[in-house]
Amino acid sequence: MEHSAGSEITFHHEAGGDEFIKKVIKTTILLSVITIIELGLGLAMYAFPMADTFKLFLKGVIVILSLAKAFYIVGIFMHLGDELKNLIMTICVPLILFVWFIAAFLMDGNSWKNLRNSRGKSIVPVEKTAPAAQPASAEKH
Amino acid sequence: MATAQTQMQTKWWSGGKSPFNVEYGKLMMWYFLMSDAFTFGAFLISYGTIRFSQNYWPDPNQVFNAFPLAGHANLPLAFVSLMTFILIVSSVTMVLAVHAGHKNDKQGVIKWMIWTVIGGIAFLSCQAWEWAHLITGEHAVLINGELTNIGTTVTKNPWGPAADLASHEGHHVGTPGPVAFGGYFFGITGFHGFHVLSGVVINIIMLIMAINGNFERKGHYWMIEKAGLYWHFVDLVWVFVFLCFYLI
Repeated sequence: MEHSAGSEITFHHEAGGDEFIKKVIKTTILLSVITIIELGLGLAMYAFPMADTFKLFLKGVIVILSLAKAFYIVGIFMHLGDELKNLIMTICVPLILFVWFIAAFLMDGNSWKNLRNSRGKSIVPVEKTAPAAQPASAEKH
Repeated sequence: MATAQTQMQTKWWSGGKSPFNVEYGKLMMWYFLMSDAFTFGAFLISYGTIRFSQNYWPDPNQVFNAFPLAGHANLPLAFVSLMTFILIVSSVTMVLAVHAGHKNDKQGVIKWMIWTVIGGIAFLSCQAWEWAHLITGEHAVLINGELTNIGTTVTKNPWGPAADLASHEGHHVGTPGPVAFGGYFFGITGFHGFHVLSGVVINIIMLIMAINGNFERKGHYWMIEKAGLYWHFVDLVWVFVFLCFYLI
């Protein structure tokens, strides 16, 4: 298995000694600070009454902060930032699918809610709303 | 600077070497993690879809407000913050283990791998406590006009909107919330917890191999690096589980 493992690699990343340790400590502090800010915002939404639109704005901020955390974990801890650009692209480009994935499904959920609210029970399965009113033939469905 | 020049001058696709300058195992670990990201993504998006389709969804600050040995103190998000911190720290100790591996420092690898394993076990213990607390912690809710005590399970959810007029021993009484809450919470945190468990098992195997000197004989600690990628991914997923279930 390891016969050619060395020859696959053209050049090794420098281990980077103390400089790297400093970078790790810096990233750790950054991740902790971002987490504390996120918690602060989450608790603020609970502790202080606020308008729904402002709440939504704070949630958006928390999402962006989480993406920043993900960027630092992948880029520094997982060393993806040190790899060749082509490798980075083969990992990151497929993830663009998430843009459609998230948008489409959340809109679908929202539309589901709106339909149910506006059309009332007409889209709820019939046998659950009024079993007594059903003619016997409805049982066959 | 020298590295940048080598990078520019190398004909990466001329054969005989990895065009991505990584060994096969590490490349495949990256692609596995990418596919796993889609698995977790699909779960979380499914949760989001159902949550968007509901008129009411429980406030995480009310559901997750307990802390071990703190009795009924209202401490929203305190325990999950501790869990998050444990996972970040164990990710850092893993980085240091990989770094020690780069320097072929056997004792360093062993030391940091032990800390990483401890961190993983601590996280799993916290999750076990949290699950047990949610499942067994019963709350009085109004079901068909009667007060019933229910815990949070995949079929029951006591965290619904407040009942109109009812009060119970001076407390306001709620109604059952959307059933999907428990299913998604236990399903997704369970799937993540299972990743942590397998990560801990992998890390223990890496630790034993390091102690036995397997990597020393091989001449490199690349296995630690691959296990490290998996472990960081577990931390990465927690960032989003934490976001979706506890923060927003």
